[in-house]
Amino acid sequence: MSVEFIYPEFEVIRNTDRCIACRVCERQCANEVHSFRKEDGIMEADETKCVNCQRCVSLCPKRALKIIKSDCTFRENANWQNDTIKEIYKQANSGGVLLSSMGSPKPLPVYWEKILINASQVTNPPIDPLREPMETRVFLGKKPKKIQRDENGKLKYELPPQIELSMPIMFSAMSYGSISYNAHASLARAANKLGIFYNTGEGGLHEDFYCYGDNTIVQVASGRFGVYEEYLRAGAAIEIKMGQGAKPGIGGHLPGAKIVGDVSRTRMIPQGSDAISPAPHHDIYSIEDLCQLVSSLKEATEYKKPVIVKIAAVHNIAAIASGIARSGADIIAIDGFRGGTGAAPTRIRDNVGIPVELALAAVDSRLREEGIRNYVSLVVGGSIRSASDVVKAIALGADACYIATAALLALGCHLCRTCQSGKCNWGIATQRPELVERLAPDTGSKRLINLMNAWRHEIKELMGGMGINSIESLCGNRLMLRGIGMTDKELEILGISHAGA
Amino acid sequence: MKMEGQVRIPSGCAIAAIISHDGNRMSGEIITNAMKPMHDRSNGLGGGFAGYGIYPEHKDFYALHMFFDDRATRKTCEVFLKERFEIVKSERIPTRKIPAITDEPVIWRYFAAPLKSVLANLQLAEKEFVARTVMKINAEMKGAYVFSSGKNMGTFKAVGFPEDVGMFYKLEEYEGYSWTAHGRYPTNTPGWWGGAHPFTLLDWSIVHNGEISSYDANRRFIEMFGYKCTLQTDTEVITYIMDYLIRVQGLTLSEAASVIAAPFWNTIEGKTDLEDKHKHTYLRTMFPSLLITGPFSIVLGFNGGLMALNDRLKLRSMVVGEKDDRIFIASEEAAIRTMEPNAENIWAPAGGEPVIIKVKDGAF
Repeated sequence: MSVEFIYPEFEVIRNTDRCIACRVCERQCANEVHSFRKEDGIMEADETKCVNCQRCVSLCPKRALKIIKSDCTFRENANWQNDTIKEIYKQANSGGVLLSSMGSPKPLPVYWEKILINASQVTNPPIDPLREPMETRVFLGKKPKKIQRDENGKLKYELPPQIELSMPIMFSAMSYGSISYNAHASLARAANKLGIFYNTGEGGLHEDFYCYGDNTIVQVASGRFGVYEEYLRAGAAIEIKMGQGAKPGIGGHLPGAKIVGDVSRTRMIPQGSDAISPAPHHDIYSIEDLCQLVSSLKEATEYKKPVIVKIAAVHNIAAIASGIARSGADIIAIDGFRGGTGAAPTRIRDNVGIPVELALAAVDSRLREEGIRNYVSLVVGGSIRSASDVVKAIALGADACYIATAALLALGCHLCRTCQSGKCNWGIATQRPELVERLAPDTGSKRLINLMNAWRHEIKELMGGMGINSIESLCGNRLMLRGIGMTDKELEILGISHAGA
Repeated sequence: MKMEGQVRIPSGCAIAAIISHDGNRMSGEIITNAMKPMHDRSNGLGGGFAGYGIYPEHKDFYALHMFFDDRATRKTCEVFLKERFEIVKSERIPTRKIPAITDEPVIWRYFAAPLKSVLANLQLAEKEFVARTVMKINAEMKGAYVFSSGKNMGTFKAVGFPEDVGMFYKLEEYEGYSWTAHGRYPTNTPGWWGGAHPFTLLDWSIVHNGEISSYDANRRFIEMFGYKCTLQTDTEVITYIMDYLIRVQGLTLSEAASVIAAPFWNTIEGKTDLEDKHKHTYLRTMFPSLLITGPFSIVLGFNGGLMALNDRLKLRSMVVGEKDDRIFIASEEAAIRTMEPNAENIWAPAGGEPVIIKVKDGAF
């Protein structure tokens, strides 16, 4: 205690008039906050362990619990704020790099909130999605420069490999290991039912999920965990992960404690060994090396599967994307700096990279200036939070969006941001069997399907309002967007006018 | 106030067209008259016509119709043109002074052919060179505007009601085997002569009624291929799309129609003709950014024919009729009845269903 003591962030408030000491909270809390005092039959709480995941609150049958932010604070200081001081204490205590989970909670600019969507009035009609067809189907993949005809003048219908999405959203990469078997099962089943895709992340593909291969994107990251021929062939597309929005420029580290049983087998590494993904791919030190990896993966899968290159949104993103578009890749995925993570160094997560809105606009504009926008499809993520974010992203120039945090929220995540502890009470970011079983894939997939259906309805309504009845006519249609409260420079980069202009 | 091109102006409209299947030439008077019963579909801020087969004596030369702000601009532009073209004829386009049409710019036409040496130097096909030159003048030469650039065809347009524009340009003195016409109802600005329809590039001309909701998606895609949408009008971008799909990509008219007014995926999936199903799946996947949504009815004119097309939901009126060797297309049946009181087989093409009429071989 003494100098090392940091006052708990949360307080557990128990209404003793309501509490019946059923001990559900005690059983549900993997952090061991709650305990039962036998002598007098009263529930106690050790709030130093509480992460505010809301599990006990949600499951208390008597609604006797609430978690509130502690009002014990340091003396107010605009420069040295509470969090900043606490981080210094933590580092003085441990000497370590601060770790965080999920997307940055800092008040970073969210440009989606400064962009407004158009609607038709008078000069052309809005379209009612309940009465008229409204199309959300998207094909991702390279579009050839020129049509081809055979000797009889008939069009040749062959195209480079494409993946077909019933709506322009996919579940973004989250590895088996960082999230649970049941979380993966939920994502895979939902993607299958919805006609979209989920992404294995860098942890390989569990043998039970090969049956969902047609709705799976298999990832090849710098650690190459679980990558072998059958794995590459199992998916509908292959994603090379060059970077992640939450931690551009660094790799990953899944602690040995999580490399157990199936995770170890799926990653093809020994039980208990740390799974360390290097910062770079050690066979890619330059753009021409990426080109070779793209070619190798295409060779291995007989040119039948599109290759996605996923990059973190960084300062020189437009030029990098232009290089990737010419590297033979079919799809570029851009991950913005508000994107989520299972664990990332706090300083990197909160300070490295750029917002996905600006990255997307810059890349889309650059590829068009160079006349190569149709060489690749663009997918963006980090962070897409709603149907209107999706519509704005597509109008800025994306072909589809990746969502991950939104999908985890649908599965029960309460954004307590302590995934790195491995004690997720919602059965998502954990490998403990007794926690994993709390997430039932039947319920999980149903909730993901609900979420996507709800968003699909909203996307259709927004499109209909603009008089657009097919998502491809929204792609890059920046005239449908206006900015509010932005500088001229921001508007220029986004390629949109200010509201009223 | 901002000029056309600096701001996007939605418009409502009237369109009409006539073509002789046998290639018989008709005076421009008939199409001028066709616009009279549709007077209320325009608001006096733009009208225009395109005639095909009107310059048989210069049919091997590109007929460049141009607006100039003043004489000095014309002189500068002529210097530019002479470095690139052999000009066989240069003249003021004949007009008639009428009270309904005022503030006209300098209206000129040149019959010209690109210099062979220039083409060889640039390694460009003739049409590509002419298209790029037109694009360059319209985007970069202030006060000069090419509004027609095809062979043996010409566009005539102005700010005014279409029937007055026809009178102004003395259309009764021209004879063509096909004509298209347009009356414009822009929602704001006094209108600009260049902004009236038809919009043309090479021998493509488009008259269009509607406001497309896919505009910026289409524009930003087509501008990758050297086109510059300087006017910010739907008609301009549709013209470039058709030029790109047909001339540059080599699609047929009906294939191009299937790109811009593609059938719904449900319709494609329901097709029992597998060949047709594959074709439509291919075209939609190949050219997603060229799908046009929102209301439109267009008539595309080209050497030897016309194509009429509605958006896939048919959000704009358009009817077709015929009589003997002539086919009529208009926003309203009244316009067809004016051209031919006894027109037969009047029907409304379905959304996305192209009506393609070609003059029979050798007749033009």
